[in-house]
Amino acid sequence: MNRIIKIILTDILKNKIVLVYTIVLSLLSWSAFGLEDNSAKGLLTILNVILFTVPLVSILFTTIYLYNSSEFIELLLSQPIKRNKIWQSLFFGLSASMVLAFFIGAGIPLLINAPNAVGLMMILIGCLISVVFIALAFLCSILTRDKAKGIGFAILTWLYFALLFDGLVLFLLFQLSEYPIEKAMVAVTALSPIDLARIQILLHLDVSAMMGYTGAIFKDFFGTTAGLFASFGLLVLWVVIPFYLSLRKFIRKDL
Amino acid sequence: MRLLFIFFLCTFSLQAQKLEVGANKPYKTIKQALKASNNGDTVLVHKGIYKEGNIRIDKKIVFLGKDFPVLDGQKKVEVLSIHADSVIVKGFRVINSGFAALEDPCGIKVYNKSFVVIEGNQLDDNFFGIYIQNGRNCIVKNNTIIAYGKEEQQIGNGIHAWKSNDLQIIGNSIKGHRDGIYFEFVYDSVIWRNIATNNIRYGLHFMFSSNDSYITNIFRNNGAGVAVMFSKDVTMINNYFDENWGASSYGLLLKEISDSYIYTNYFKNNTSGIYMEGTNRIKIEKNVFEGNGWAMKIQASCMDNEIVNNNFQGNTFDMGTNGSLVLNTFNNNYWDKYEGYDINRDGLGDVPYHPLSLFAVLVEKNPSAMLLFRSFMITLLDKSEKVLPSITPDNFVDNAPLMKPLKL
Repeated sequence: MNRIIKIILTDILKNKIVLVYTIVLSLLSWSAFGLEDNSAKGLLTILNVILFTVPLVSILFTTIYLYNSSEFIELLLSQPIKRNKIWQSLFFGLSASMVLAFFIGAGIPLLINAPNAVGLMMILIGCLISVVFIALAFLCSILTRDKAKGIGFAILTWLYFALLFDGLVLFLLFQLSEYPIEKAMVAVTALSPIDLARIQILLHLDVSAMMGYTGAIFKDFFGTTAGLFASFGLLVLWVVIPFYLSLRKFIRKDL
Repeated sequence: MRLLFIFFLCTFSLQAQKLEVGANKPYKTIKQALKASNNGDTVLVHKGIYKEGNIRIDKKIVFLGKDFPVLDGQKKVEVLSIHADSVIVKGFRVINSGFAALEDPCGIKVYNKSFVVIEGNQLDDNFFGIYIQNGRNCIVKNNTIIAYGKEEQQIGNGIHAWKSNDLQIIGNSIKGHRDGIYFEFVYDSVIWRNIATNNIRYGLHFMFSSNDSYITNIFRNNGAGVAVMFSKDVTMINNYFDENWGASSYGLLLKEISDSYIYTNYFKNNTSGIYMEGTNRIKIEKNVFEGNGWAMKIQASCMDNEIVNNNFQGNTFDMGTNGSLVLNTFNNNYWDKYEGYDINRDGLGDVPYHPLSLFAVLVEKNPSAMLLFRSFMITLLDKSEKVLPSITPDNFVDNAPLMKPLKL
């Protein structure tokens, strides 16, 4: 298994796209801190990168990579290796390279410019978000054999979590504003990894506003240590469940 | 005749005696000494614990404590009651006053008198700390007042003044009471260099008190920093409003107040920096708003207020309001969220700035929407609203925002 991971890692690291991704991330992060006069605004820019760019690149790159390496996967399958080992190695290889790219691109500027709780939280959440969307990409690419369809799925998934989900939540909020839905809304956020990530960072970034009326409810839930672990646990579930589903499908699939 | 009078006065003051109270002093109890004293005498109390119930001063004396003698009310009575003009109380440690809903027992209370000075005392665990009832020209200075209140109903105010005027409240530190300092029907008074922290309700509370000033005080981590209600002509200069966090928590709460001046104050990390309701003709100038949830919440019931030359930096929302009516003016403020340009380089932005964001309006209507803050969707909506204001009132605007922050 380790050897397959190594092969995949070197293959991806040779791939220019990940290199470009790293450079773009680092350019964005450094300029965010360099151009703004206070580090809080730089953090906001990086927050947008984490919530927008990182998921998009992770899910698209992974989907395309999986389709492109279908021949390599078939070759591996002809060897005496267990199917779940192959799929897991692919996952770990891709995750390791994307997390590394994020860490070098955005993590290092964060550590240098904002070496505090918010900065650390952002690095951790950025890494987790990368892995979540890689897992979702595994699910998308296993659902169909058609490359175009698979990439379409991936883009739709990203669009849903980055944009549509929040629109739906906003719609629900205003439709149900007569009801005491604050607590239910906390549960709804668990349905989107991007929202989980965003709220966790918000609680550190906009702490004063979050102490307001409903903010307090979120703070009571997510701000405590138990809430912190709960939201990290949920994010990990967002990795485990899509990947497990794709793994099951991969083991049974007739390639 | 006049010379004779002055001569008489001098001899009179020379006759003033010093009565010492202590374990191995002529007087064993404070009450004996007070009984023996005359106007103009000094009663000097040495170190020790005095549990003498209610101590009543009804002569013009100087009441001095040496090495902080303890006056203990044993949670039963009011500790020190002052029923004479020109009394000076200095250097005592007053603890454990009684608790009563009807009588308001205090650590130290002044009844209808003038020119009383209460200076350099420590008050610990009293129901009310220092209470000035119908006093004139009294000075409360450099006292340390601590209580351990848990609920509003179970504890009184640190310094409470009722129907008084010309008071000076200077350099006190107040902690853990209901209101740090409370003014009701108090006129022409000054509050200067006090520190009010961790009080349950307000750091400083004005009711029906006009022509007062408070200058260079610190209000930190109270239920709300300062509440000024039903008053006019209040001057607020150089105060710090810090970390007043909570749902209905404000740095400064203004309610039904008019003709006042708010100058060079510092609002930092409050849920709302200033909350204004029914506020008229107030000038807010050269203040710093930093890291607040809402820098200012101006309700539609406010009129003719001027907000000029302030710095707004790092606030989650610069403004909040509850309606579409705007009768206030904003001019020459610095907003860190401003994205305009300055072609003629006069330091003023050429594009007006709308400090009220769409999302602030949404959150005001539906507080749960806070959940979506900083999501990409909301940012998109906000940007489009900035270009074409449709929901936010378009006269909520700073026509000449500053390009650079003021040095404050």
